Amino acid sequence: MQSSPMRALVVDDSRSMRMILAHILGQLGYQVDQAGNGRQALEVLDRERNEISLVLVDWNMPEMNGLDFLRALRANPRYAQVTVVMVTTETQASQMIAALEAGANEYIMKPFTPEVISEKLRLLGLAA
Amino acid sequence: MTTEATAGRGLREISNENYVFLQKWVHQASGIVLDDGKKYLVDARLSPIVREEGLDSLDDLCNLLRATRGAALEGKVVDAITTNETLFFRDVAPFDALRSVVLPELLERNAATRTLRFWSAAASSGQEAYSIAMMLLDMGLSSWKIEICGTDISEQVLERARAGRYLQIEVNRGLPAKFLVRYFDRAGLDWQIKPEVRRLVRFEKRDLRDDLRGLGPYDVVFCRNVLIYFDIETKKKILAGIRGCMSPNAYLSLGAAETTFGLDERFLRRPLNGAVFYQRGE
Repeated sequence: MQSSPMRALVVDDSRSMRMILAHILGQLGYQVDQAGNGRQALEVLDRERNEISLVLVDWNMPEMNGLDFLRALRANPRYAQVTVVMVTTETQASQMIAALEAGANEYIMKPFTPEVISEKLRLLGLAA
Repeated sequence: MTTEATAGRGLREISNENYVFLQKWVHQASGIVLDDGKKYLVDARLSPIVREEGLDSLDDLCNLLRATRGAALEGKVVDAITTNETLFFRDVAPFDALRSVVLPELLERNAATRTLRFWSAAASSGQEAYSIAMMLLDMGLSSWKIEICGTDISEQVLERARAGRYLQIEVNRGLPAKFLVRYFDRAGLDWQIKPEVRRLVRFEKRDLRDDLRGLGPYDVVFCRNVLIYFDIETKKKILAGIRGCMSPNAYLSLGAAETTFGLDERFLRRPLNGAVFYQRGE
């Protein structure tokens, strides 16, 4: 049995999208933090130390986009164990490859259903 | 012509008399048992046909089925009732067990012939068969002689399977992103499975209740979430037919709610890595 809930971070500049994803993750047993862009997400991760194990991140955001966030995250060995899933309207294979090469563990294309999120997390061993 | 009834959200509920007729008709045509609690399923699956045919209600469709022996309409109704939702890598556990336990064993057992034969026995639109193919390629087995046969009772879904073209929402579900970029090409808004995967898979129309001789012998059979639809005698017949298409010590994967227990005691139950396979003896 897990004594404390798993922690996740949702990064998206759309408040409604953050709420939808936070709700889905909440249903899967996650305690969810939110950030509006990549820069804020790095700050949250830094503040929360090693508590957050999963990040769902949008691609197109102001200030720091999802791909740049991913590269910054993977450049820091402290976050090597953090699982990152891109959740984006970008649906070209070349973009998917770029995200995977930059260190994304999975990729979800918008629009999605709650089942898509839970199935992908199950693939990653992060949902029952 | 669109009437108020057909333009609305749902059609008038089917009468009890016609539901009983449909239960018998579907059982005769496909062997599938529609129990009394499946009216919602009938409504969901057959309403599109009612609209396509310009009919007003499911009762009218039943009347048409009684009155005509039109193969096209009958085929459509069977297709609609028997088609299941299907995903790439549906259920993680059996595919994990296939990769980590079953395949290593088969690679050793079949080392002399370097041949692997699989059967996706209710292939629907092909996702299960293609999932197996992608897993084998991912494991570096492209130099082996691989045959994956997908069969289904519905010609309509097999056409989709052969085309290997899927909607974005279909590839979003269950399919690891690395497989999507490696084994699919973008085709407009859809995704097309690559020729290197397609060449490992073939599809043919088969009714599992028929004589299955001529198929196989297979090393692994996936027949997931199929038996649940049939009565006990039909389940026994299908399992015996499948067993006859399996190599000695081959593996059978059934749905989580299905078992060979009480139906065919010749299978050996093998719990493997969180999944259950049923092994044919020598």
